[in-house]
Amino acid sequence: MTPLRSDRGVARSLDWALIVSWLALVLTGVLCIYSASQGAEGGEGFNPGARYVKQLMWIGISMGAALLITFVIKPHVWEVLCTPAYIMVAVLLVAVIVFGSEINGSKSWFRLGPVAFQPSELSKITTSLVLAHYMRTPGFKITRFKDILMLAAIVGIPAVIILAQGETGTLLVYMSYAFVLYREGMSGWWLALIGAAIVLFIAAIRWPLWVAGILLTVMLVAYFLFCRIHGSRSFVARRNLWIVTALLAVAGAVYIYSTNFVFNNVLRPHQRSRIEVLLGITEDKMGAGYNVNQSMIAIGSGGLSGKGFLQGTQTSYGFVPEQCTDFIFCTVGEEFGFLGCAALILLFAFLIWRILHDAEASREPFTRIYGYCLAGCFFMHLMINVGMTIGLMPVIGIPLPFISYGGSSMLSFTVMLFIFVALVRRDRKYF
Amino acid sequence: MESRPRHTKLVIGLAVAVLILLGRLFYIQIINDRYKRDALNNSIVYETIYPPRGIIHDRNGEILVGNATSYDIMVTPREISSLDTLRLAEVLGVDMDFMREKLDYYRTYRSRIGFKTLTFIKNVDAATYMRFAEMEYLFPGFKGQVRTIRTHPFNAGGNLLGYISEVDGDYIRKHPEYRAGDDVGRTGLEAAREEDLRGSKGYHIYLRDSRNRVLTSYNNGEDDLLAVPGKDITTTIDAHLQQYGQQLMQNKKGSLIAIEPSTGEILAMVTSPGIDVDVLSDMGKNYAELAANPDKPMFNRPVQASYPPGSVFKLVNGLIGMQEGVLEPWMKYPCSKGYQYTSTRKLGCHSHKSPLDFDHAVMTSCNAYFCYVFKSILENPAYSSTKEAYDRWEQYVRSFGFGSPLGLDYPGELGGSVPKSSRYDKIYGKNHWRFTSVVSLSIGQGELLCTPLQIANLCATIANRGWYITPHIIKDSEDLSIDDKYREKHYTEVDAKHFEKAVKGMSMAVNGTVQDGATGTMARIPGVEVCGKTGTAENPHGADHSVFICFAPRENPQIAVAAYIENAGFGGTWACPIASLLAEKYLNGEIDESRKWVESRAMEANLMNVQKKEKKTQ
Repeated sequence: MTPLRSDRGVARSLDWALIVSWLALVLTGVLCIYSASQGAEGGEGFNPGARYVKQLMWIGISMGAALLITFVIKPHVWEVLCTPAYIMVAVLLVAVIVFGSEINGSKSWFRLGPVAFQPSELSKITTSLVLAHYMRTPGFKITRFKDILMLAAIVGIPAVIILAQGETGTLLVYMSYAFVLYREGMSGWWLALIGAAIVLFIAAIRWPLWVAGILLTVMLVAYFLFCRIHGSRSFVARRNLWIVTALLAVAGAVYIYSTNFVFNNVLRPHQRSRIEVLLGITEDKMGAGYNVNQSMIAIGSGGLSGKGFLQGTQTSYGFVPEQCTDFIFCTVGEEFGFLGCAALILLFAFLIWRILHDAEASREPFTRIYGYCLAGCFFMHLMINVGMTIGLMPVIGIPLPFISYGGSSMLSFTVMLFIFVALVRRDRKYF
Repeated sequence: MESRPRHTKLVIGLAVAVLILLGRLFYIQIINDRYKRDALNNSIVYETIYPPRGIIHDRNGEILVGNATSYDIMVTPREISSLDTLRLAEVLGVDMDFMREKLDYYRTYRSRIGFKTLTFIKNVDAATYMRFAEMEYLFPGFKGQVRTIRTHPFNAGGNLLGYISEVDGDYIRKHPEYRAGDDVGRTGLEAAREEDLRGSKGYHIYLRDSRNRVLTSYNNGEDDLLAVPGKDITTTIDAHLQQYGQQLMQNKKGSLIAIEPSTGEILAMVTSPGIDVDVLSDMGKNYAELAANPDKPMFNRPVQASYPPGSVFKLVNGLIGMQEGVLEPWMKYPCSKGYQYTSTRKLGCHSHKSPLDFDHAVMTSCNAYFCYVFKSILENPAYSSTKEAYDRWEQYVRSFGFGSPLGLDYPGELGGSVPKSSRYDKIYGKNHWRFTSVVSLSIGQGELLCTPLQIANLCATIANRGWYITPHIIKDSEDLSIDDKYREKHYTEVDAKHFEKAVKGMSMAVNGTVQDGATGTMARIPGVEVCGKTGTAENPHGADHSVFICFAPRENPQIAVAAYIENAGFGGTWACPIASLLAEKYLNGEIDESRKWVESRAMEANLMNVQKKEKKTQ
């Protein structure tokens, strides 16, 4: 057994790369919020009610939480507490549907005086912890039916409640658990299947049926060719491939047709339009199309190096809605240009990569699985949020971690990250 | 171990996703410049430049309608925050009670007011406004508003000039070239000449900076569009004469019109009761009251009222008779207090000498004489039937401008009516009517209706001895040239030579003696030979209307006047002095000492509610 290396200093047991990235991101966020709220609040002087001041305050609170998590709370507490916390959050998730306040069309917020928070933010943490806790139990096999059922329940229960709240964004974030399962041994075909199902679902709703048909055909041909080249050469395998492909074709056709049929004939118009809005297929009445156009104008007008800090005209006039929260990336794009955007995205990418790297390096399955959950969550937030502002994704309101204005999301992302920092520190200390 | 490649695959997936984001950013930020252009559009501010509305002058260059700036303080109660009421009261120079009252009102009715912007104080003076403008930022919710308003230096021609008001949603839908906040002429000249008066709007283009402050003029102002001021209009109205006419007509109901015969230019056109110019600039506030007034001050009587012309129409019948050759001026007809046209029915007349020739019949306004004249027109053997003779008569009458609108360059003109023979066919049966059926037409009663303007035009026609130019109130000017139809002479179908006889009769009516039966002696002006004709129009709704037309001087007439005063009795009593005073004022600039009493009597008379008196036609 390796001797305890508890003599390693604090400095060396921490992954400073994660901490520095975190600090860089939150400070960038404050600058952007300061700039974006100029037009709305006016005046450069110090104003205790200004958004950037509030954000700084929340960063302070988050730092306190980070210190607590890293140095005070013993990491194994998370493994002990995760199940009760998971259940509690599930209860909160249901409660918010009944007692919560509606903000921006989804009833997923609790108001506690001046602070509004979303239980779904907590649920990302608890689900990740429970998932890691369950998957690290000895004897867990991802191919075993009972375990698959458990996994489906752990992820599915909060996901279904969140869907009921109308929080499409968080639901999409939940999809990132597929990457975790993939890493932990789930067949890659499941990822492909999920991807194909999403693409075909959208195609079946959005375009005439033949478009989805062509897409399905292309997928099947790709599947067939891939298996022919990489698969077994035995006769039985070949014959089975034909049969599997045929079965997939039938299943796919039924899926497309029933999706289309249910959507157009069973759902009532208001349900239909709700789905269309959620998927960004039609512009909602609040003008999601307008938002995207204005946000692209703001980002596009930044050019290579941007207009300079505080010089943005689009974001601070209020052309861009939600300029401090969901559309904060517009400020980056307009004032710092392509170079600024690239730097921010690469910083995020670095953070995610570093988390994956630390997760792989850990000998603790709990740390590894939790790390993958964390990375997947950040990745989805980055892709959906930035993708939305540049017209690649439907307008789904989720924050850009650490950058968007908002206390509860700042705190929950920080907590989520620093649990990982603490787990990594434990690994480094003891192994 | 299998996980290693999976880890690598996921990292590759991350890299691919990041590259997609960067590629898209590269495209919209660097390759495609559409977004930069749109951003420019977003930061450009268009500021509308409103052109000054055209000014309306009178014929002598006096300003009838001008422009002035008015400063209002507006408030949006919902936007008021942390208001220093004391400071604001000080800046605006109002007391705290006023502030409290206003703010209490806004609080009480806050749900009804909503986000509306209301006028806090109307029309503050320029100094107050400047003081407020400097400190406007201290009072969120309050803002200044500069408006251009119309001013009317003369209280003359309120109804003629009309008013402007802001366009409403309904108007904008019908006239898409207007925008909210634009003014449009609603009545009178403001409406008739809207297109000339309004000019065209321009704009400044500015760029905003990141704090929404206007920074600079875009492209050095090269793309700005200058406003084109509205065209000025010169009217044919004489402001002083119009004003004098209004004074004469105060407390009377009716019309007073003066035309320059040689040009057809309307010198004055008074409707009474009318609209004071004071209310024009704030019509919104006064509209309801005006509309509800039973005396209809917005009704433009000179061109919209229809009345029987009364005895002044005898001149037309006399002229037609001479033209047709059935009347010679020397012919005399008897009158025994009227004309017995059937065994039981008689058209009455007042007592005067009998028999009379044409001149004296005009002078005394003998009813019987003109019944004989009209009888000989309709029973003229040259025509096969009464109907045919009547049709010819109607044609003559229409050639004097009766029966249809004259074509005034002013909105809302009506045409009165000259009955067609078919109408009598309908009433009495085809060819079952004769002169006696339509005898009232002899003296300008019956089915014949005309506007006061047509009566004035008749006077101008006689003054011109047989022709008229369509009356108009826009004068030819550098800015605005008038249509050629306002230069064209319209000849009546009666030859010029016959008119001199009518003129002679009209001169005698004014300048003869009362003992001889002259009816218009009150119109006599020292040193000027006035020709006039009285009329007393019977009217089924009340007392007779008092009518008078006159022109002066007899040779080379400068002015033709018609006065039509509702329910004022004999033409010679009220219409006659009023019409002649207007002519005298125009010709001499002042009223002769000997006639001052006539003037004060006319101005002081209140004839608004005269009860019906004895019926008689003079």
